[in-house]
Amino acid sequence: FYLTPPQVNSILKASEYSFKVPEFDGKNVSSVLGFDSNQLPANAPIEDRRSAATCLQTRGMLLGVFDGHAGCACAQAVSERLFYYIAVSLLPHETLLEIEDAVESGRALLPILQWHKHPNDYFSKEASKLYFNSLRTYWQELIDLNSGETTDVKEALINAFKRLDNDISLEAQVGDSNSFLNYLVLRVAFSGATACVAHVDGVDLHIANTGDSRAMLGVQEEDGSWSAVNLSYDHNAQNKNEVERVKTEHPKSEEKNLVKQDRLLGLLMPFRAFGDVKFKWSIELQKRVIESGPDQLNENEYAKFIPPNYHTPPYLTAEPEVIYHRLRPQDKFLVLATDGLWETMHRQDVARIVGEYLTGVHHQQPIAVGGYKVTLGQMHGLLTERRARISSEFEDQNAATHLIRHAVGHNEFGTVDHERLSKMLSLPEELARMYRDDITIIVVQFNSHVI
Amino acid sequence: AARMFLRLLSYIHWRVANPKWRRMTCSQQSTSSTAEPHVAALPAQAQVVICGGGIMGTSVAYHLSKMGWKDIVLLEQGRLAAGTTRFCAGIVSTARRASIELKMADYSNKLYEQLEQETGVQTGYMKTGSISLAQTQDRLISLKRIASSLSVMGIPCEIITPKKVAQLHPLINIHDLVGAMYVPEDALVSSANVSLALATAASRNGVQIHERTSVSHVTVQKGRVTAIETDRGQIKCQYFVNCAGQWAYELGHAAEEAVNIPLHACEHFYILTHPLNEPLASNLPTVVDPDGRIYIRNWQGGILSGGFEKNPKPLFTEGRNQLEIQNLQEDWDHFEPLLGALLRRMPDLEALQIMQLVNCPESFTPDMRCIMGESPTVRGYFVLAGMNSAGISYGGGAGKYLAEWMVNGYPSENVWPLDLKRFGTLQSSRTFLRHRVMEVMPLMCDLKVPRWDFQTGRQLRTSPLYDRLDAQGARWMEKHGFERVKYFVPPGNDLLDLGQSKTFYKPDWFDIVGSEVKCCKEAVCVIDMSSFTKFEISSTGDEALESLQYLFSNDLDVPVGHVVHTGMLNEKGGYENDCSIARLSKRSFFMISPTDQQVHCWAWLKNRLPDDSNLTMEDVTWKYTALNLIGPRAVDVLSELSYAPITPEHFPSFFCKEMSVGYANGIRVMSITHTGEPGFMLYIPIEYALHVYNEVMNMGQKYGIRNAGYYALRSLRIEKFFAFWGQDLDAFTTPMECGREFQVKLDKGMQFVGQEALLEQKQNGVYKRFTMFILEDHDTDADLWPWWGEPIFRNGRYVGKTTSSAYSYTLERHVCLGFVHHFDEKTGEELVVTTDFINQGEYEIDIAGHRFQAKAKLYPFSSFFTNRRRKDEMELSGYQGE
Repeated sequence: FYLTPPQVNSILKASEYSFKVPEFDGKNVSSVLGFDSNQLPANAPIEDRRSAATCLQTRGMLLGVFDGHAGCACAQAVSERLFYYIAVSLLPHETLLEIEDAVESGRALLPILQWHKHPNDYFSKEASKLYFNSLRTYWQELIDLNSGETTDVKEALINAFKRLDNDISLEAQVGDSNSFLNYLVLRVAFSGATACVAHVDGVDLHIANTGDSRAMLGVQEEDGSWSAVNLSYDHNAQNKNEVERVKTEHPKSEEKNLVKQDRLLGLLMPFRAFGDVKFKWSIELQKRVIESGPDQLNENEYAKFIPPNYHTPPYLTAEPEVIYHRLRPQDKFLVLATDGLWETMHRQDVARIVGEYLTGVHHQQPIAVGGYKVTLGQMHGLLTERRARISSEFEDQNAATHLIRHAVGHNEFGTVDHERLSKMLSLPEELARMYRDDITIIVVQFNSHVI
Repeated sequence: AARMFLRLLSYIHWRVANPKWRRMTCSQQSTSSTAEPHVAALPAQAQVVICGGGIMGTSVAYHLSKMGWKDIVLLEQGRLAAGTTRFCAGIVSTARRASIELKMADYSNKLYEQLEQETGVQTGYMKTGSISLAQTQDRLISLKRIASSLSVMGIPCEIITPKKVAQLHPLINIHDLVGAMYVPEDALVSSANVSLALATAASRNGVQIHERTSVSHVTVQKGRVTAIETDRGQIKCQYFVNCAGQWAYELGHAAEEAVNIPLHACEHFYILTHPLNEPLASNLPTVVDPDGRIYIRNWQGGILSGGFEKNPKPLFTEGRNQLEIQNLQEDWDHFEPLLGALLRRMPDLEALQIMQLVNCPESFTPDMRCIMGESPTVRGYFVLAGMNSAGISYGGGAGKYLAEWMVNGYPSENVWPLDLKRFGTLQSSRTFLRHRVMEVMPLMCDLKVPRWDFQTGRQLRTSPLYDRLDAQGARWMEKHGFERVKYFVPPGNDLLDLGQSKTFYKPDWFDIVGSEVKCCKEAVCVIDMSSFTKFEISSTGDEALESLQYLFSNDLDVPVGHVVHTGMLNEKGGYENDCSIARLSKRSFFMISPTDQQVHCWAWLKNRLPDDSNLTMEDVTWKYTALNLIGPRAVDVLSELSYAPITPEHFPSFFCKEMSVGYANGIRVMSITHTGEPGFMLYIPIEYALHVYNEVMNMGQKYGIRNAGYYALRSLRIEKFFAFWGQDLDAFTTPMECGREFQVKLDKGMQFVGQEALLEQKQNGVYKRFTMFILEDHDTDADLWPWWGEPIFRNGRYVGKTTSSAYSYTLERHVCLGFVHHFDEKTGEELVVTTDFINQGEYEIDIAGHRFQAKAKLYPFSSFFTNRRRKDEMELSGYQGE
């Protein structure tokens, strides 16, 4: 049995989302034309999350993908909260004061972020008050700390990441009188999530990455071909610097136990992550919190399990590595994606497929000879160039969907094989995870006219 | 854009045309502001009204008027030769595969050559020759096969080396070529001017031509055309000819009774360039590069080049109508692969300046052959359309054949492959046509290897057993929309590879079919033959018998329960149909005909049976599933499934009994197998089909029963020298010419159709003779396989062509069937073919230019019939031969 192409499409397109930056006077003055995003689950429910928002009190746009593990609670919380922490970190002192004043006097708050959400991307209503209070504590501290200096984006990103992880940890230790919330904050803290976030403001592009999701820039060379530039480093066992970092942070005696089977303490694939307090708290703290926690947590074998050779916590941090890139005219797009994509596709192929897709979509106006003098050779050159740009699959209106189609369905020749695609998508839930991981992709398209 | 074509049309020549005709045509050029205000009135009646002023309409008018019919009106909705005719590339090419197409093209070429002299209208005729290029060995084989056909037709042609190609055409890149075919007498014309010349000549002969007049409706009364309605009034007429090109389908439906003309338009692109710095000579040969999917001709010092892309764009599926084809979008991206192929073939053209990309729709048909003939439902309604991009090549010949058809009742050649009646209503779904033409147009250039099948528009008509058979490995082909099994792939074979390798040599199913044949010979096989056309004819009195006795040549006044194999002949004694008729009761008959006879046979009988309410004819094709039980153990299987005795004493050959099989009752069992092997045909009411099939397969297990397909059947029937209608037999073949005199009862006591012609043949002898050839020095593994249409040589001289061929697993040799003629060595006149003439010759069969020795036989090998179980051996031997 095979899924028909329409069935395949409906599965692939279920979570796709596109956003176009609105134009003024028929011109897009933003360096971002818009973005396409999509995700395809392998876990049930999916453990990946994505977020996109425009900063309203400062300039710039935030986009991020979050890959959860040991459940989706942490990824969900980070996807809701991280951008607020970043936005607040970026806010000038006066704006922070204004906001605090408004909250204090019960006035309407200035909106900080404009979210670009797919209907499936939800926010937890129950926790919003708790999250808000933590955020408010953060900006109050920022107000108190007022250094008077203009905010450096890189620093703001690092601070926001670290602060949010800290809050997650604290909330879990303090607990909540509401049993639902109490269980929620514990689930958030005991599960984990990586984050790869882009902040685009004009030609300034910052990528803050924690974990093994990846950011990649699509560059069009002068000859029209496509190449990929990495804008993040994976925090995992394949990254020598990262292994080195972990080793220097712990005594020499632990060295051989730190990384086993390419995993941190033989357990965790990413070397940096939000949550995962099992790798951050002391054994005593973990035991105390679990014992005083709700029954569900006590019954959770994973939560109760203490990693072996656990001597000098923390072993894990949420601190991101931030890379700055000044956008150039040849930088056409940015791909943020969880490791589900990078496991199946080389970045060079990703650059080519997205590049050809994006340009193909934009070059479909027919050409006519009209009154011009054109030779057969010139015309042929023009047409072959157009052909190279035009991808075979116009069926996708979304670059992320197009990429997922290739990632899941590509055969040994690098083309999409419907049969394979259909097979992969019809795998039962319990098998799907063995053949592929959750995939989440955001493709941001840059506006060459402005850059 | 259109300006250039005004030049093509060359109005100067238009004015040279007969002034009388100018007055009558009442036409104006759209550009002329001083147009004649007077518009001639339409006549109130005419013998013939032709709709369509393109090459087809004018050619029909030309030929009809030449044959003496004068009362003809030709109507054109726009201007003459302004549709596809005006835009087409003007290449007259005789390199055609089917013999009838080849004859049409050859005639057209000869007609156009002298047309300018005859009419005074310049046609731009230029004998340039054509070169068909081969990039692969398989393509070269295909060209060699065509070359063999052309040579025996007397059309000069040769297979040449790439080096010679370079000498003939200075621009061709020959590095990737393995060879080519050169046809020096192929030509170029200005197609619009040819059409105008034909119109001029026709109008001189009295044909009235009216432009800007469109036909809106065809009035039919009592199954005959009586009049047509136009936007300028009505014309009463006896004959209507639909030459409306891509609008023929729609026009066909604008009648009381719809006439289905299955064709569909596709966009077709070609490029025109400015002249080269040193303008190309106007006599430079036309180049056809089928592997590159393109053709290239010289055009006004530059080139004209188009092709048949892999991804055609069908249009007008919803039937949008328009006066003239103009302003269709150019689509350069679509043309890119063809432009690439052009520059690969002629790299020096890089710097040549483009003039225009022309988009000119062409109409295509479901089987790549054009459509001509009379409607099966409306008498007097003729059609000539669907030229598959070869309108100019076929125009002259097709017009001639259709004119002959109308005047004489039938053309001078066998045109069954082009006959409208080969299609039925089932091919007229717009979706079907759209999908099929998208496959057909690329096929214009694709390599055609033996036994290729269409892939689109399939699974339309199927047997109730389709899924069962498919699950058992059946591989399918299609006939008249019906899926039929070719063979069964045994489990474990690599399914993907089978049937996909295209070859002119030994095919990959060779052993599979071999084992099916072996099982038919030694045990028993089941072949689903449900596609056969089945009619029931019955009457309250003796009307059915009387009518059938008149329409069929064998004696049908046999005892109830007998089956008679008989021809349905025309006045010349030729086979219109070849069928088996069972006498179910004194007054009712069950008639089995070939699958593609469903429309033709119905129309033939309908038109000839008396209009008598006591006499009924019903098409029961869909009511019965037919299973053919072939093999020596068939009798054992059937015996176990029925209490009725099946032994030869109770159930001799050519008997028909209604009996029960398993739980199912009312199964018509006939002791015939259409192969000469022992066995039975089971005609099963469809609701019992699965039950009976299951019973037969279960019971048959101990006798080694298995499924088999049509390829096995073919091998069996050909080695037994069984002629099949549509393959070997046609309307120009009589029973006397194929050794079936025993099926003709000249003395059955009453007259029948064709009797006189047969009597005369019996007295004077026949001019061709159906003969069986066994290839002698042919290596099955290493040599090219025969297919059909291969020339036959007797003592080194061409005597005819094969009509079918198969590998005989019994003889372990190839067997070809074909007709031998006797052409006088000096005059070429056809002489009587005697048995001695056949027997006293040394024969060779030409397969793609290579001649293989063959042994001729007029009778099948008697040693095959060790299993025969008939009482009257006289009739059996008669049935097989003479």
